[in-house]
Amino acid sequence: MIRRFAERHPWWSAILGLAVLILLYLIFAIWPEWLVEAIGRKKIFLNALFNGITLGGLYFLVASGFTLIFGLMRNVNLAHGSLYLMGGYIGFFVADWTGLWLLAFPVAFLLVAMFGVILQLVVFRRMEGEDLRQTLVTIGISIVLADLMLWFFGGDFFNITPPGWLSGPMETGIITSQRVRSSGEVVTSTLTYPMVRIVIFLASVVIGIAMWLLLNRTRVGMLIRAGVDDRDMLSATGARIQLVFVGVFAFGAGLAGLAGVVGGTFQSIAPGEDIRFLLASLVVVIVGGMGSIPGAALGALIIGLAEQFGSVYFPTYAVVLTFLIMVLVLAFRPQGLLGRA
Amino acid sequence: MKKNLIGASALAILAGSQMGWAGAHEGPLKVGVLATLEGTYTALGEDGVRGLRTALAQADNMAGGREVELVIQSTDTTPDSAVRGARKLVEQDGVSIVIGPLSGSEGIAIRDYAKTQPDVTFINGISGAQETTYVDPAPNFFRFNMDGAQWSAGLGDYIFNEKGYETIATVGEDYSFVYTQVFGLVTEFCAAGGEVTERLWVPLGTKDFGSIIAALPDDVDAIYLGLGGGDAVNFLNQYQQAGGDANLIGGTIMVDGTVLNSKGSAKDALIGVPSAGPQADTWDDPDWQAYVKAYQDTFPPEERFPSPSLLATGYYNATSAMLQCMDSVSGDLSDGQAAFRDCLTGLELDAPNGNITLDENRQAVGTNFVSEVVELPDGTLGTQLVAMKEGVNQTLGIDAEAFAAIGLPSRETPECKTSY
Repeated sequence: MIRRFAERHPWWSAILGLAVLILLYLIFAIWPEWLVEAIGRKKIFLNALFNGITLGGLYFLVASGFTLIFGLMRNVNLAHGSLYLMGGYIGFFVADWTGLWLLAFPVAFLLVAMFGVILQLVVFRRMEGEDLRQTLVTIGISIVLADLMLWFFGGDFFNITPPGWLSGPMETGIITSQRVRSSGEVVTSTLTYPMVRIVIFLASVVIGIAMWLLLNRTRVGMLIRAGVDDRDMLSATGARIQLVFVGVFAFGAGLAGLAGVVGGTFQSIAPGEDIRFLLASLVVVIVGGMGSIPGAALGALIIGLAEQFGSVYFPTYAVVLTFLIMVLVLAFRPQGLLGRA
Repeated sequence: MKKNLIGASALAILAGSQMGWAGAHEGPLKVGVLATLEGTYTALGEDGVRGLRTALAQADNMAGGREVELVIQSTDTTPDSAVRGARKLVEQDGVSIVIGPLSGSEGIAIRDYAKTQPDVTFINGISGAQETTYVDPAPNFFRFNMDGAQWSAGLGDYIFNEKGYETIATVGEDYSFVYTQVFGLVTEFCAAGGEVTERLWVPLGTKDFGSIIAALPDDVDAIYLGLGGGDAVNFLNQYQQAGGDANLIGGTIMVDGTVLNSKGSAKDALIGVPSAGPQADTWDDPDWQAYVKAYQDTFPPEERFPSPSLLATGYYNATSAMLQCMDSVSGDLSDGQAAFRDCLTGLELDAPNGNITLDENRQAVGTNFVSEVVELPDGTLGTQLVAMKEGVNQTLGIDAEAFAAIGLPSRETPECKTSY
């Protein structure tokens, strides 16, 4: 696949290869003085890079469910952020009552997935194919859910505490700076990075790969892909499309719930987060391409990196940067980077 | 979401018809409340409303013989949400008095809106940007709380002389209130001999502080945190995960009850952190204790904080001032509320957090408290008084002309100098 790409786009491959080399240099080399003067300390750069990637991991978890539901059902579920928030609250109480952080993930996934099933059966099935009506109904549901959650949980900030082995920093062994003391001794500082962010990132990579395998290597995945391509034809072949719909909606909702636990662990859960993550998912999906899982991954990575590098290198315009990317993508590739026209 | 033309004109007609009896002094008194009940500052707005309800409960919900009818309007810290809320309260609900807003930049917007509504009196909730009353103040806008710079009074001295911090860096939310807070800190700290090496600004509502935490300088004695609400909790949480161990200095709403009572363990990083503001939670003054008890008695324990946050105190004081002056004019708001406003202007408010008077810009002059965060016997966190500063005015004791020469608070103003 790589060779084919290189044959077809020699210039692009050269540019990409160069970018990867520069990136590797920036990560592993000890930065010379002029570079530090030009773009600041290496520690800041590395942190922004890693934070962008881990934040991208969280965005991917939320946006992949969103894009899956859209791809199959053409349903822009604007209540997706509420599912995220709901998962976060459920995760907090499970972790708080049982003291088991890991248990929060399956419980939040299952409960929110069940809620997704109810939504699909009770609400969306009744208005199949009516895009505008579904969109408006989901806005309504998100407002009602936000108020209900505010009523139950109040406006406080909930912060899920990870277990002891996950809190605190971890040594990465990547050298950030070396300086020579007057005594001739060389002082080397290495990068320490929050453990919990690494674990969360690895988890989202695993989930991403599992999803890809599920979609591309299994019978269920085949059904889903066929449904994305042509829903009517699939149901004409006798596939039980309603069952697939319910399954996908439950899975997408469950992922949002799972992401809520992740978000509650390394950020916090509070009213208003639903809107923030809905907006983030929308931007990610628009940049990556509606309905595409690899697109969601790419979009999430780009948006995560843009937010983090923006907040460090040009804080004033950090907020604009995300939307600037969206505008550029919409202007030059309206179907999204990996979307199909 | 934009109001259409028909809606707007209907509002205008409604507003016109309500004007007729807004001045009458019988019937219920309609009071509008602006508080941040959405977004990053939700917990702050909620406690503000609790403070207001505490004051009303003490007065049996009567003001100058008239029953108080509350209309509560939510905002989200943005100036346009505050103006939209105020318009709704004044032009649609026809309130006579507005109490609020809560957040700095909202206050500046409401000051400007107040000028277009001369028949309504605005009493600030707890917003603390300097500009609100210092630049071109509105004659019908009263502020019974000190601004962010006044809330920093005493802190610069304390951290330099008692804590021995000589160089500090600041991290703050990028808006007027935190500019004002840093203004107060920098003028005092630099005058004492300290140095502020770097000022980092993050957008209000930032969730991921990972890169900001990495960018914190490690060659300073302490780091000042001018964050509030959800931002503060997120910062502390991620700071702990990153293994941060620098000395911290808290901004006023960073070490407030709204953060100290948040769920989770992130707040423990604040134990021992010095800060300054309009109150110290564990102050033993009898008036303060009586107020804390009134707050606790008004709400069941699960619906409030263990003790009132400064947001509650701010709204409580604003409401008390309103109630006292409504009593002294016997509920008479005729003649463009003239008598009521005269009373507010001359009022010496015997507030639980020290006496408050207003200056010629209708801005509070009052007492400021320097405190440190301690773990209380019941396991919760609170602030303990370490120093007090009385009679803090808006120019921070600096000569008015010299103060004006410093410039208005902004990202880079004031510069760090030994005298101003």
